[in-house]
Amino acid sequence: MSVAATAIRDDVAVTAPASPRRLWLRLLFRRKIALVGAVLVVLDVLVALLAPALARWDPQRLDVKARLSPPGEAHWMGTDDVGRDVWSRVIHGTRLSMVVGGTVVLLSFVAGIAFGLVAGFYRALDNVLMRIMDGLMAFPGIILAIALMASLGPSVANVIVALGIVQIPRVARIVRGSVLVIRETPYVEAALALGVADLAVLCKHVLPNCLSPVIVQGTFIFAAAVLGEAALSFLGVGVPPQVPSWGNVLAEGRLYLQQAPWLTLFPGAAIMTCILGLNLFGDGLRDMLDPKLRGATLKGE
Amino acid sequence: MKVYVVRRVLAVIPVMIVVATVAFVLLHLAPGDPASVIAGPYASAEDIAKLRHQLGLDESLPVQLVRWYGRLLRGDLGDSIFLRRPVTEAIADRLEPTLLLTTWATLVAVLLGVPAGIVSARHHNRAVDQSLMGLALLGLSIPNFLLGLLMILVFGVWLGWLPVAGYVPLDSGLWPNLRSLVMPSLALGLVQSALIARITRSSMLDVLREQFVLTGRAKGLSERVVVYKHALKNAIIPTLTVIGITFALLIGGAVVIETVFNIPGLGRLIISAVLRRDYPVIQGVVLLIALTYTAVNLLVDLAYLAVDPRVRYQ
Repeated sequence: MSVAATAIRDDVAVTAPASPRRLWLRLLFRRKIALVGAVLVVLDVLVALLAPALARWDPQRLDVKARLSPPGEAHWMGTDDVGRDVWSRVIHGTRLSMVVGGTVVLLSFVAGIAFGLVAGFYRALDNVLMRIMDGLMAFPGIILAIALMASLGPSVANVIVALGIVQIPRVARIVRGSVLVIRETPYVEAALALGVADLAVLCKHVLPNCLSPVIVQGTFIFAAAVLGEAALSFLGVGVPPQVPSWGNVLAEGRLYLQQAPWLTLFPGAAIMTCILGLNLFGDGLRDMLDPKLRGATLKGE
Repeated sequence: MKVYVVRRVLAVIPVMIVVATVAFVLLHLAPGDPASVIAGPYASAEDIAKLRHQLGLDESLPVQLVRWYGRLLRGDLGDSIFLRRPVTEAIADRLEPTLLLTTWATLVAVLLGVPAGIVSARHHNRAVDQSLMGLALLGLSIPNFLLGLLMILVFGVWLGWLPVAGYVPLDSGLWPNLRSLVMPSLALGLVQSALIARITRSSMLDVLREQFVLTGRAKGLSERVVVYKHALKNAIIPTLTVIGITFALLIGGAVVIETVFNIPGLGRLIISAVLRRDYPVIQGVVLLIALTYTAVNLLVDLAYLAVDPRVRYQ
């Protein structure tokens, strides 16, 4: 599930013979959808940045007298079982989700790109590195994350590390695939023949040319990280329960589904719009950045 | 072809070594002494020493690792610290619900996803296609545990059609068992079906542009024969891979869904083990799942040989 977002890199685009006018219309339509996705993502980022101003209460503030009160004037999204304001917790949860998503992308990019570059460029290391990556990928993402959380202990930083480790092999595979092709190009051969150091060739000539599929993958990793954090916290093995997070609010909501459905509906809507935005944006980005990728994405899985 | 099969089977070995090593490392990743972490803050020094010996932590790391491999080869996963019984037994007890749940969910996913993909491809870019793909995108954007919660709310709480949560074992009759699994299987399978629908649609579209489809139509075959006999056979291959790949999502999703619906399967087992720091159980479940996932993907790859003659003669 949480990995659903990473695996949706099937191709959607198909170019049937069409008049230039219709093709143009279709591209516009596709970009419009990507635009909707981008707007949703930007909205989430804005909410995350402005969280302290938007939240009307301290998300940790307990008000036991007002526990499980339905949405109303004082609490727009109601309160939870210890009287915390759900609106404020969802808003601050957005902030947490954005931080987790962003840092997981960063972590998996840095490590995954490094491994991918080295594995693709140096034949000797390729086998060892990629077998380790294969081994890591033999664990379903959420299972590996759960097991890692057992050892690391519950905290925001550890959730980021666990979800990052899950994504590293996926990035490494994509980068390695591109490097294997780029390594054989004349310009890389020329640079090496001129005596340019390996590291310089890798950073200056190889890396820039293998970035676009990775960037597209980044949007899906972001979505997977947001889903992963929510799932881990929902299961009680993610961020500590007092931290405002979508998954934490949903975990409480499960216990009070009958009396307080707002505990499930509001954070649920927040997750859905966020993931939908990322998926739309990612799909659109892929179509725009790399038309060649269409139809070839599954093979890189 | 024989060479291919042998190579593909042998490729599983390094993967399994890495998997076993990762499971071993899990125990040693925790900061500090694993024995005192597991025993908890109130354990006596004596208890901790006993536990350290029981887990073999008093040996050097390389010795521990070699012993670990040796035990795994014998199928010995050790004893659960909390349940005080062999991990293999604890797992066997919890296998039924998880197996049934994943099987039903796969059926839901395939039976909904494949036809939706075919219909979408046949009506490419028309309203049916666009609404189906819109639905699929929506399906991919809803986490399965949220879908589960919403289903409980609608069908369990508001309409009262199905049990809100809980699991009825197969022993108590097929019908009650099925009833308890309807919502969990749908919640798990629907998200999967979205993925399968998208892949089936795109590979179907690719195949429908092939020459042999044109030939089929030109010689007057009915659209039904062209689509279902000739095109589908070729389009189903990428779908097969996806079913293999999505098995990871399925089993991972099952772990979460079991919590939503209070189903005593492997998912509940591993989550309660995490909360109790019962490492042998965590390692055992994780290993079993990784092994199953690897086996499923091996089978999918070998199934290619049966389905696609082109792979066979390469």
